[in-house]
Amino acid sequence: MKVHDTAERADSRFDYLLGLGDDALIAAQRTAEWCARAPQIEEDVALANIALDLLGQARELLSYAGEVEGRGRDEDALAFGRDEHEFRNVQLVELPDGDFATAIAKMLFFGVYQRLLYSALSEADDRRLAGIAAKAAKETAYHVDHAVTWTLRLGDGTAESHRRMRTAVEQVWPFTHELFEPAGPVSVGVDPGVLRAPWTRLIEQVLARATLRRPDDDWRPTGGRRGLHTEAFGRLLAEMQYLYRAHPGARW
Amino acid sequence: MIERVRAAVSEVRDPEIRVLSIQELGILREVRAGDDGRVVVTVTPTYLGCPAMDVIRAEIEAAARAAGCTEIEIVTCLTPPWTTDWLSETARAKLAAAGMAPPGPVGTPPSGRTLPLIPLSPGPRRCPRCGSADTTEIARAGSTACKALWRCDACRQPFDLMKEH
Repeated sequence: MKVHDTAERADSRFDYLLGLGDDALIAAQRTAEWCARAPQIEEDVALANIALDLLGQARELLSYAGEVEGRGRDEDALAFGRDEHEFRNVQLVELPDGDFATAIAKMLFFGVYQRLLYSALSEADDRRLAGIAAKAAKETAYHVDHAVTWTLRLGDGTAESHRRMRTAVEQVWPFTHELFEPAGPVSVGVDPGVLRAPWTRLIEQVLARATLRRPDDDWRPTGGRRGLHTEAFGRLLAEMQYLYRAHPGARW
Repeated sequence: MIERVRAAVSEVRDPEIRVLSIQELGILREVRAGDDGRVVVTVTPTYLGCPAMDVIRAEIEAAARAAGCTEIEIVTCLTPPWTTDWLSETARAKLAAAGMAPPGPVGTPPSGRTLPLIPLSPGPRRCPRCGSADTTEIARAGSTACKALWRCDACRQPFDLMKEH
């Protein structure tokens, strides 16, 4: 009975870490797509560095998840060897960045969430997770800074930049609800529900200063944490996993 | 032998900020003799995604071997998280001499629960070349995650700034 309990705990811990790691990994992949395509060279470098931070978080979290699972899967096996339905990331991070404003809206919503989440997790009982979170929280402050700066500049900018930022915020908004759904047993990490109030307060402040309206809560797409993903996700994975799958065991 | 290995490993340079050793940067946390004759080196990354860590590990291993160590284990630890406050005065002077503005004090850790709306704007910095405070931020995200790009409006030179972290 005791063994069973322990195994179940390990399972839910694995799922929880997978959710955190997949969020960071897929956000990193989408952000890295801007490499050599950003509107200015400084922005190109900034987005590449932010993607690298997220990838670093993903590597730590997925390595840890693999050890908790105990089936010999390392970070690469988890990132490149799983199929679409085995990914536990929220749909928000997989949404395609149709334009630069969409990338910034996603970075703002996800960055503030990650910043609050990692700050809370840095006091988790799980010391290894707390250590990763404490480091990631510091890095995420830069991502939030970057997203806020651009949101203000685009929202309170020209008529065209305002229109694009407003459209991006409205299109991405429904996908923010999933961030606050229970991600597993609370004993493993932090109940994301408690992050909702501080998240909303901060986002509303930024949107108001950017002369943008906070969208109404309406449609609430969900399912990412259960392996249900959007159509665009398959194409993202195909590109991300191609090399690993086409040339098993390839090394630099 | 452990003293010799420690001295050799301490001299390994950071690949992205060549004027600093990993000791001066504060990412070398410990060099100790393990139970079975191995040498255990503990390092901590500046940022989780720092792409220089693999090179640093390889150079630590090479330095330790050159100093006569045959068995070496390199451990990465994340706690406590690295901060630019660990840079010594000597390290800051070396950065400035190399044309890079050293980081200011971090003060309240940004990992705290307060979340500044527009954080991290560091205020005017002194040019590491001419000392003028007449400087402008060009790009908050510089050539690597740990740097920002600034310009001196007095001597008209761009310079890197190591960000508080």
